Formats: sequence, C-alpha cells, structure tokens
Amino acid sequence: MTSVRGAQRPTSDPKGTPVATTTLTRRDAAGKSGDRVFSGAALGAGILILVVLFGVAVFLIIQALPVLGADPADITGGEGFGAYIFPIVVGTVIAAAIALLLATPLGIGVALFISHYAPRRLAMTFGYLVDLLAAIPSVVYGAWGYAVLAPRLAVVYGWLAENLGWIPLFAGPASQTGKTILTAGIVLAVMVLPIITSLSREIFLQTPTLHEEAALAMGATRLEMIRMAVLPFARAGIVSAAMLGLGRALGETMAVALVLSGGALTASLIQSGNQTIAAEIALNFPEAYGLRLSELIAAGLVLFVITLAVNIIARWIISRHREFSGAN
Amino acid sequence: MSSALLKTRRSQLTKGRLPGYAIWVVLGTAVVLAAAVSALIGFDVLVWALIAAVFFVAGATLVTAAAEGRRKAADSLMTYLVYGAFVIALLPLLSVIWTVLERGLPGLSYDFFFTSMNGVTGATDNASAENGTPVLGGAYHAIVGTLQITLWATLVSVPIGLLAAVYLVEYGRGGALDRAITFFVDVMTGIPSIVAGLFAAALFALLFGPGTRTGFVASVALSVLMIPVVVRSTEEMLKIVPNELREASYALGVRKWRTIVKVVVPTAISGIASGVTLAIARVVGETAPILVTAGFASSINLNVFGGWMSTLPTFIYYQILTPTSPTNIDASTQRAWAAALILIIMVMLLNVVARLVARIFAPRTSR
Repeated sequence: MTSVRGAQRPTSDPKGTPVATTTLTRRDAAGKSGDRVFSGAALGAGILILVVLFGVAVFLIIQALPVLGADPADITGGEGFGAYIFPIVVGTVIAAAIALLLATPLGIGVALFISHYAPRRLAMTFGYLVDLLAAIPSVVYGAWGYAVLAPRLAVVYGWLAENLGWIPLFAGPASQTGKTILTAGIVLAVMVLPIITSLSREIFLQTPTLHEEAALAMGATRLEMIRMAVLPFARAGIVSAAMLGLGRALGETMAVALVLSGGALTASLIQSGNQTIAAEIALNFPEAYGLRLSELIAAGLVLFVITLAVNIIARWIISRHREFSGAN
Repeated sequence: MSSALLKTRRSQLTKGRLPGYAIWVVLGTAVVLAAAVSALIGFDVLVWALIAAVFFVAGATLVTAAAEGRRKAADSLMTYLVYGAFVIALLPLLSVIWTVLERGLPGLSYDFFFTSMNGVTGATDNASAENGTPVLGGAYHAIVGTLQITLWATLVSVPIGLLAAVYLVEYGRGGALDRAITFFVDVMTGIPSIVAGLFAAALFALLFGPGTRTGFVASVALSVLMIPVVVRSTEEMLKIVPNELREASYALGVRKWRTIVKVVVPTAISGIASGVTLAIARVVGETAPILVTAGFASSINLNVFGGWMSTLPTFIYYQILTPTSPTNIDASTQRAWAAALILIIMVMLLNVVARLVARIFAPRTSR
C-alpha cells in the first residue's frame, strides 16, 4: 500500500494540485481505521469467548460461596454439603455409565455399518437418519421415556426382579412405573448414540484405503480387515467419541428429570431412587431461594467441573491423535 | 465334454461354500421356531422378532461355521451384529416420531396455535373432560416465547461467533491466544445446558438482584450454547475459501477488512448461514436453561426484558410434570404432545432449511 502511494505522489500533482493525493490519502485513512476497528472487533469477540467461559466459573463460584460458610445443619439433608452432593454425583455417574455402556458398542456398530457395511448408495441416507436422532429435542426424549419406554420396561423389570433378584443391581421390588435410573440411562444412551456414531464414522472413513485393500488382498475377511486396519487406526478417535458422549450424558437434564422418579442412593437399578445433579437442579431451582439456591448453584459448579474435565481429556486425545495420525 | 469340465470347475470353485439359499432356509426356520417359542410364553410381536433374530444369528453362524470354517463364521456373525446395531438404533427414532405424531396430531387445532393458557385452570379441563368438549388452552404464549428468546439469542451470538471465527481464520497467527480460543470453543461445546442456564441466572442475579428472570436472561443462556457452534461452523467455512481470492483482492489494493467483508465472507455465506441455522435448531429445543432463567408463564408476554416467559420445551415439561388438572391429566398430556409435535416440526424445518441454504446459496464454481 505505502509503495503505491509513494509512486503516485510525484506524478499526480506536478502543478501542486493535490486533488488525487487527497482523495487517495483520505480513502486510505478511512480504510486504515476501518482495518483497525474490524480487527479489534474480531479480536474482542475472540477474547469475549474466553471471558465468558471464565465468567461461567467465576459467577457460579460467587453464587455458590454461601454454602461453604453455612451451618451443616442448614444444608438439605442436614449433614453438610459433602453429604448432600455425594449421592447425586454418584447417581449422575451411574446414569452416564449405563448410557455409555449401551451406546458405545451400539454406536461403533452403527458407524461401521454406515462406513463399511451399508450399500454405498444408501450409506449417506442412513447417516442422515442417525443424525436425525440428534435433532430431536431432549424434552421430547424425556416425554417419550416417561410415556412410552418406562411402562414397557416396567414389565421387564418385574421379570428381572423375579429371576435375577439375587444380583444387587436387580434387587426387587421392581418399580411399578418403570421410572428408574436404568430407564433414564437407556434414554440417555439414545441421546448419546448419534454423537458417538457420527464421530466414529468420520474416523472410520479416514482409514487409509491402502491398508484396507492390503488386508483384503492377503485374504482377510471383512471382520479381519476391520480388526487389523480400521480399529487400530480409529482407537483414539473411538475413545474420544465415547468421552464426548460421556460429557453429554453427564450434563443431560430433561431426560432424567422426566424419566426418573428420584430418591435416595440405591444400588438397585430397577427401583425408583437415585438422582442426578442436572435433574436435581432442574426440579428444585424454580422454587429455590436463599441458601437452597446457593446449594443448587454449587451442585451446578460440581457438574461443570466434572464435564469440563471429561471434555478437556477428550479434546486432548483428539489433538494428540491428529498430530500422530498416519492418515497424512 | 466342455460342459462337464465347466461343471466340475464350478463345483471346485464354490467347494466348501454355502449355497445361496441356505441363509433363507435358516431365516425361515428361525422365524417359525421363534413363533412357536413366543406362543408358549405369551405372544407379542416384539418378543417374536427378538427371539427370531437371536435364533437366526445363532443358526446362521453355526451353519456357516460347519460348512465354511471359523473365520467365515466370525465374519458373518459380525455382519449380522452390525446390521442389527443399525436396526436397533433406528427403533427409538421411529418410536419417538410415531409417538409424537400419534399423540400430537389430535391436539393440533387453530385454537391450540392461537390461544394461551391464560385462564385455563383445572376446572376448565375437568369440564371439558366431563362434557366431552374440545380441550381448551393452547401454546400461543409458548410459541411466541420460543421465537423471541431464540431471536435474541441469535442476535447476541451470531455477531460474536462470526467475528471470533474471522479473528481465528483471518487474523490469528497460531499464537497462544489463538490456541486458547480454539481449545476453549471446543470445550464450550460440551458445557451442560443447565450450567449455561445457571451462569446466566447467576450473572443477572448479581447485576439486577436475585430472582431476575426474564426472556433475555434465557437468551443469554442460549447464546452461551450457541456461540461455540457458530464459531466452529463459520471457521470451517472460512478455511475453505481459496487463498487466491484473498490475494487477488489484496493485489487490487483493497484493505484487509474490506477483503474480508466483500470477498471472503460472501464466498462462504452459504455455509455460514446453514451453520447458524443448525445452531438455532440446536438451542430452540433446549429446556433446562429456560427453566432456570425465564421462569414459567401461562399468559402471553411480549417483553423479553421484563416478566417471566414460557417456551415450547418448558410448556411441554410443565404440562407433563404438573398437569393443569390433577384428576384429568389427559387434557394436559394432549397439549404436551401437540406442543412436542410443533417443536419437532420446527427443528426439522430448521434442519431442512439449513441444507437448502447450503445448496442454493453455494458459490457457483462454473460460469
């Protein structure tokens, strides 16, 4: 830019009429400040995002502080915040674990189906279908679990309590309504499934074709090809996909709030009982005030920290994988 | 002579392989056997299908193992499991859509769209159940609330998300700040929606006193969820704008900001617009953040900056959890499913629009 200006100045005003120069410089000045404003705004927006994330932590901490100084007897349950938060943390982990145990194998299977098994021409359509699962709002899943899934599963739970009741997980008496932590876990699994599927599918599709063809040329069956070429390549990706699914399952609110009739911590998955942090907040926040409000916000802070840790680990695995991947 | 040779050769090539019809025989046998077993324990189509599937997979694997060996058997078992996984994944999708259609369609009427729940009480529902008259009350206030809160969330998050993406792609040089932003945008996509709601509630409680619940607080909460999605998709789109376009613009002496505004962004606008639409589709169905930020209203509130507000998701939630009339919950259930149907249609429409926008406004590559 400067060189252009420098070259034009002497030629444009031989008689000292600065018309061309002024328009050029005037425009230039406007352009320069435009540049500065625009890049400043862009930088500001970037920093604002960091500030927001930081703000989430700070505001939650400020609002949660009263809990620390409070008399343990005033906290719900009467035994301090630790005793209050522990059962719902465990409940959250149980529900998310059920979801992940169900959704990970299923998600990998569906991803393999779309990437390696389905007829090429239909694979895209099948992919869209599974992505549709992610488009359905969580409250609709909650309503579905509440009205359709829970009554059906109640029958299964009755059978489980009768025949497998000696296992603590299936200890009776089974819930008559089916609104248990296992039902909540199953609904969560359905919601997590599209996340795990779409991420693993992307990674399966990136498997070097040469590796696959080499395996097939050696006489490997399709299963052996997948085990030798696809899965080793995709291992880190699958792990991080499952972690991201875990993050979603830990923080999901509505499905649990509607599907689970919560209560005290129990080992049995087919009785009503247990509660998750997110559902505890959603169910109690509208009526909460004072110390109870701080309690719930503190619970939210705990949830935030847990999901943040899970997400950071997942992202870290993905970025490591990207650096060392053999694809490029 | 030659035909005899052909015959022996073919039989040698296919030796040790199952004939094509074998699999259908196994399938037929499995279906019949499963029908018999399920008839014994009480017939149910689902149970029948489940038992038939198990019989078929086990039978087909055993037959393959006997005729073709263990490796082939493992391979075909895996094939069945993978196909089965896909079928299982589709079941909840079909079930959800069927349920919403079946239970939501009866509740859809002109009145449902254009009346609110103002004045509709348990007595109203009891009366309509006793007299068999149509269910009164509707979701007008919730539809209005959804549109307003989503609109404001879009107005807040699109400029921020767009500018942040422009910074990352056009101005960023891969320094510590850029990497921090990229990383935390990724992390932000994983914030639980209820935590975003708590953040907005806590922020406004500090600024305007405790218990501040308005539509705008909900918009801020939704923006926290929306910004990372907008940044991600915009970033991807800006990255694929060819560098030659930028260089051509610089060569004409155009300033960088004008290059971005007039060349780079217009080239990527179709992808950006579809990304924004998908982000809207994501937040329009959020319930938890609205619950803790906007409260709940049963009448129309047009002011996002004052008073409690309802959205379709919270409307569904409260109609199910706390029916208007505890003795006649059918009316509330019907309203909830009708609202769920509207919500799903909204989300699906947004998804379709996103795809159409991406296709129609895509830059033309050929002249």
